[in-house]
Amino acid sequence: MRRWLLRRAVQALLTLAVAVVLLFLITHVLPGDPLSREGAGHPLTAAQIEALRARYGLDRPLHEQLGAFLGGLAHGDLGTSIEYGRPVTGLLLERLPATILLGGTVLLLNFTLGIWLGVRQAVRKGTAEDRWLTTLSLAGYATPSFWLGLVLAWLVGIKWHLLPPAGMRDPVLEGGVLATSADVLRHLVLPAVTLSVVSIAATMRYQRSAMLETLRLPYVMTARAKGLSETRVTWRHAWRNAVFPVLTLFGLWLPILVSGSVFVEAVFAWPGLGSLAASAVGNRDYPLLMGASVLVAAVVVAASLVSDVAYAFLDPRVRLS
Amino acid sequence: MTRVLDVCDLRVSFPTADGSRLHPVDGVSFSLDRGETLALVGESGCGKSLTSLALLRLVPPPGRVDPGSGIRLGDTDVLALEGEALRRIRGRRIGMIFQDPMTSLNPVFTVGAQIAEGVRAHFPVSKSEARERALRLLQEVGIPDPSARLDAYPHQLSGGMRQRVMIAIALSAEPDILVADEPTTALDVTVQAQILEVLDQLRRSRGMAVLLITHDLGIVAGRADRVAVMYAGQIVEEAATPDLFARPSHPYTQGLFASVPRITGPVRRLTPIRGTVPPPVAWPAGCRFRPRCPQAFEQCELPPGLRPVGSGHSMRCWLAEESS
Amino acid sequence: MTAAAEALRQLFGTPRGRAGASFLAFLVLLALVGPLLLPDPFRQFDLIELANAPPSADHPFGTDQLSRDVLSRVVSGARVSLAVAAIAVALSVTLGAGVGLVAGYWGGAVDATLMRLVDGALAVPRLFLLLLVLAVPERVPLLALILLIGTTGWFATSRLVRAEVLRLREETFVHAAEALGASRRRIIFRHLLVNAAGPLLVAATLGVGDVILLEAGLSFLGLGVQPPTPSWGGMILDARPVLETAPWVGIFPGIAITLTVLATNLVGDALSDALDPRGA
Repeated sequence: MRRWLLRRAVQALLTLAVAVVLLFLITHVLPGDPLSREGAGHPLTAAQIEALRARYGLDRPLHEQLGAFLGGLAHGDLGTSIEYGRPVTGLLLERLPATILLGGTVLLLNFTLGIWLGVRQAVRKGTAEDRWLTTLSLAGYATPSFWLGLVLAWLVGIKWHLLPPAGMRDPVLEGGVLATSADVLRHLVLPAVTLSVVSIAATMRYQRSAMLETLRLPYVMTARAKGLSETRVTWRHAWRNAVFPVLTLFGLWLPILVSGSVFVEAVFAWPGLGSLAASAVGNRDYPLLMGASVLVAAVVVAASLVSDVAYAFLDPRVRLS
Repeated sequence: MTRVLDVCDLRVSFPTADGSRLHPVDGVSFSLDRGETLALVGESGCGKSLTSLALLRLVPPPGRVDPGSGIRLGDTDVLALEGEALRRIRGRRIGMIFQDPMTSLNPVFTVGAQIAEGVRAHFPVSKSEARERALRLLQEVGIPDPSARLDAYPHQLSGGMRQRVMIAIALSAEPDILVADEPTTALDVTVQAQILEVLDQLRRSRGMAVLLITHDLGIVAGRADRVAVMYAGQIVEEAATPDLFARPSHPYTQGLFASVPRITGPVRRLTPIRGTVPPPVAWPAGCRFRPRCPQAFEQCELPPGLRPVGSGHSMRCWLAEESS
Repeated sequence: MTAAAEALRQLFGTPRGRAGASFLAFLVLLALVGPLLLPDPFRQFDLIELANAPPSADHPFGTDQLSRDVLSRVVSGARVSLAVAAIAVALSVTLGAGVGLVAGYWGGAVDATLMRLVDGALAVPRLFLLLLVLAVPERVPLLALILLIGTTGWFATSRLVRAEVLRLREETFVHAAEALGASRRRIIFRHLLVNAAGPLLVAATLGVGDVILLEAGLSFLGLGVQPPTPSWGGMILDARPVLETAPWVGIFPGIAITLTVLATNLVGDALSDALDPRGA
């Protein structure tokens, strides 16, 4: 078991390394000169361009640049943002908490509501409720997150004045921890709901199909024959086994969440990594985009690793081999 | 002899795509007395498993037990029970053992936990008391080193041991009746005899009634007091075991015996029953065995009823009228 | 190929499958024929009187800030979205099948390397890959955009095809056929086509929906289809400033995206159920 853990961890590191090199190659091999963005408004002289090129190390051969990049990465240095002129790492860390708050909330919603609905669908398979839930969740998945965000922000935030349509905090609010937290929570609702609506379908469907497979198995019949209540049979016996595929979903689902958060954070001006990435796009700030992508890749790889390990610990057949 | 189970005209039906219903169990009647073993014998598809599931109202939807059927446990009408009352008889009045112990045990819980759960579902005992009882049950079913095995997971045990655990689970709520649905089919031959022996011992020591469902005539001899042979959803012959083996009367039963090789006696050719078992959609009107029966005659186009052919021996065949 | 025919039959057997397929057929028809019947999407009717006009008999979806007919623009956008999605997905599926076949058949170091690459590429969300690729160059022509979207979407498909090849390699019937003198390569290839066609079709259908969402998102960020070519995402971006005063400008393109992607998902779902009803 320990050996498997080690191998899995090494595999994760390797995957991350490949992802990083891939990202590097993408940005450095493409046509187009990021430096032409610099100094938009006033044209740069040839000498200025040369100086900038040297500053960013763009005049050195490719493998040297890669080496420098990887070396910097090992020290946590992700380069310097073109737009902000500050280290990328610092910028990312600044914005990370807001994204964790939003992402964490959506995760919680998805993996509680999504699981519950998926189980419910499986138990009530073929009923109208089951069919409607499938169609609704598919409709949610089909909705563009940025559009839904705009519509909700406009309707709920502006037209009906129920919740704040943008930002994470009310700038003029003064008060203690409780008041500030409540304020943040109010701002959190719309972006979290938007992101959840578009991503809950995945969890529901996985859970539903895993549950359907499990309910078919003979040990579920054994549990019923013992005289256990239907609730106990469903949750303690069937679901305890049907949750495994949903755990592995976590690694696959995270990229959906991350991509969605770029749009949702941008639309709601939520000060997280997503909106940072969106604005970096507008500014053609590719070091910042690179840094964000590396961070995202690391998170996805880590999430995949965590869910695999969790699976291994929870399934006694794997744990005890 | 106290009667513990009475099954009258049991019918189980399933809906078909065109709205009609099929009856894989079509008018089955039998009874069980305390301390006796009844074997329900038949090939796959004859409806014996569904019969056993019907006893506990475990027929998988969209199937159902048809109204007009009767299942009585002593004074209790099983078909009239709902919800909590139904849950209370499962395991407590009838315990069930299923065919494949690997897939019939939940892989993520320990063996001890699964047995104890059965205990606590019906008796208000503490966790430690339930664990104690689980331990005693493991001993009773003959598992060596039971205290170590309590915390084992199903995948860590051999097939034979898993089946013993299944038996322990079935006994956990102290039922009067044990239904064993093909308890040895998924096991190695050497282990089969052991499991059957365990079942026999438990029957004697606890005074239970056992319904043994199998396709294997071989395990019936010496283990069952009475045998009921099923074909195409109906019981076609019923007798005390020695009688059935001495004078199999229904052509199907005769066919079954003729297709089983014997160690004793001269070497002879096996005569299989010609044709194959028809599925419920293709059951012929009249006697369902007619297309495959070497002794069929005109009368067989009408459905025969169960008629006595000896003391405690009956069969569903027009030949019964002829011989009487 | 009778499995495919059977799948198609079942597709139209469920109400959801029918709904999805009908909508897509309707949309394709609309995209082809609509521009002939509707006013020019670039035409500015009356900048003074008819800018940001609400839906009316003349303009069922209203007009935008430049008094262009929103309905025509939505239909034009359909053409672009469907074309981009179709070509990109065709590219992805071909690439994925090719790589999966090579990896599965050759095995060894080739397989290991390819799969490591796929794992690494899958670690970065497709959106981020595209953001990086599209943010650097000055301007990306439509064809390049389509190719880029296509080349970022083959990873999962390659795993699927590879798994199928590996499975087939071990099947006893392959060994049996080989023993009778058949070429291993031909057997695997033929059976692969038959077995993988279904899942590939499902992946392609769902892929179309994913690409439509992706392209709309990119256009919303200014990176996708460039103006003046109308695109649904671009229309939503342009509608932001007038969202309060003229919500129809932004709402209809969004509804169009949702309905289209929902339709592709319903079709993909129905196909998937037809191929493997156990999960239904």
